[in-house]
Amino acid sequence: MSAVAETPQAPQMAPMRRRSVTGRKAADLVVKVFSWVGALFGIAVMAFVLYEVMIRGLKAWNVAFFTQTWPLDPMSTSGGMANAIVGTIIITAGAALIAIPIGFMAGVYLAEYGRNGRVATSIRMVTNVVMGVPSIIVGVFAFAILVKPLQHYSGFAGSVALAFLMLPVMARTTEDILNLVPNELRESGLAMGAPRWRVTLRVICKAARGGLITGATLAVVRVAGETAPLLFTALSSPYWITGLFGSGGYFGGPVANMTKSIWDGAQSPYPHMQALAWGGALFIMVFILGLNILVRVLFQRGKEW
Amino acid sequence: MSTVDIDIPPQAGAPRGSASAEPRGHRLRLGDPIFRGLATASGVFLAVAMVGLGVVLVIDSWPAITGLGTKMLTTVAWSPSTGEYGALAALVGTFLSTIVAMIIAVPLALVIALLLVELVHPKVARVVGTVIEMLASIPSIVFGMVGIFTIVPFMQDHVVPWVLSTPLGKVPGIEPGPNYAGGGVSVFTAGVVLAFMVLPFITAVSRDVMKMVPQVTKEAGYGLGSTTWEVMRKISLRYANSGIVGAIFIGFGRALGETMAVAFLIGSVFTALPHSVFDPGTSIASLIALTFSEATDKLQISALIELGLILFVLTIVFQIAAQAWLRRVQRVTGGRA
Repeated sequence: MSAVAETPQAPQMAPMRRRSVTGRKAADLVVKVFSWVGALFGIAVMAFVLYEVMIRGLKAWNVAFFTQTWPLDPMSTSGGMANAIVGTIIITAGAALIAIPIGFMAGVYLAEYGRNGRVATSIRMVTNVVMGVPSIIVGVFAFAILVKPLQHYSGFAGSVALAFLMLPVMARTTEDILNLVPNELRESGLAMGAPRWRVTLRVICKAARGGLITGATLAVVRVAGETAPLLFTALSSPYWITGLFGSGGYFGGPVANMTKSIWDGAQSPYPHMQALAWGGALFIMVFILGLNILVRVLFQRGKEW
Repeated sequence: MSTVDIDIPPQAGAPRGSASAEPRGHRLRLGDPIFRGLATASGVFLAVAMVGLGVVLVIDSWPAITGLGTKMLTTVAWSPSTGEYGALAALVGTFLSTIVAMIIAVPLALVIALLLVELVHPKVARVVGTVIEMLASIPSIVFGMVGIFTIVPFMQDHVVPWVLSTPLGKVPGIEPGPNYAGGGVSVFTAGVVLAFMVLPFITAVSRDVMKMVPQVTKEAGYGLGSTTWEVMRKISLRYANSGIVGAIFIGFGRALGETMAVAFLIGSVFTALPHSVFDPGTSIASLIALTFSEATDKLQISALIELGLILFVLTIVFQIAAQAWLRRVQRVTGGRA
């Protein structure tokens, strides 16, 4: 043992350093400038992407783009994305029809019935985790349960894949929004003698209407631009969808859609196909950003940004 | 005990037909159990479906798991003609591009979050924040297209030749390998574009944790004469430290699974490891995206599904880690994460 252990250890204090005020202020300024540059850079990237897609996409927008089907001959200079636009709407609507009711009810369960019970907690945990699963994996899953056993691609398989991506988002936003409704509203409804389901639908959901619509719209918009889940489920097609069944129908065969067509066009060496892809990219971006902004403006309420 | 079935006016004072307030008498009350049952069933369905996803992936990749064994993780091969599949190149490409993305995105996200929380008026923060959040809603395929048509040529003509002409160009990991293709289509380019795709997520979570720093603590710092930067560095960042780690985890998990943009940009070299960040390579997700629809060989399909399973497990590990971490932070600091 050394003999230096004489005094009880004094609390470790950093030695005082003399620093010039100018130096400290300069460091402060540098960081502030960096923050601004960083934020402006982020905005600039956003603007650059918008600009680039706009300039190149607008060139491809003409009557043919919105009225004709995807060209069979890659060398041709006609053709458009009309069938792909219709296909994307149908596939996305199919996904919404599956995911919105189930997701909404699951959200109701989590917020109104399950609350902090063990079942609800585990559902919440699983949902949170799955929200981060890459969309391509959902595509692989839909392929494994629908395409492989049935031996054919279908628009429906694409809808199922997209619905899978929407479900957790829909459930969690519904829950979050219902939780914002004050408990007094529930209590007064029940005190009036109304059954629980009626209170939930007629009182709570009515109060939370704006948020619920926003949540559902954003969930739909989020999947409308997805490509990866459709690559090997809906595939793509140069033809119009012909109905529900049969090889050209929603359940029976590949269905044209925007994102897969954009992917095909962008990989093509032919300028016209690339132009069509840019037109499609612009279309889908206008649609997504437009709806995003629209619901924000219509139902703006205390968003945390 | 009998209750009365009535319509509740939705909000106090909202006009509504008063006739509906009349009692309807006794009736079998099936509404509640049915509604509750439906809600519970939906909730349980959600969980079961998500777990089912994992189970299906395991079942469908079983032929590859048993047929290829550990070779899947340790070899570099992708050849339907010889039936040899190994995902090492894809794994390396995935992590390499993700790391490049994080190196760019994390500092950028942090300075933006600092700006939003500490430096600007809340109204400005809201606008700036919304624009950056909008970045998150731009579809992956659009990033991929802008990447391939404008960023790739820019990298190839300006950035990469410049970097390689400096002494840095001789550093292992930067010095091009045998598959070098001009540097435009490369792991690096994929990482750069990925960075902007995960930026909004990291920014959002970092901003939220920085907001949890108690105002009094910061005011104490200012009271002692600290500059804004000193308060940030010594108080805010330290306080929000672990929350920021959670944010990085979330960004990492997202970047790992990004598909379309990476598939465009990383270069689709399935059978060689990238020697440097400027070499082309492949990632798990883009390998699946690019080869799945043409795959006919049963073992290849199974191997691709196993790749999906590997990615699934990786992202889930990151998600769980991030959430457990953020929950802990929330408990310790008592704020919302």
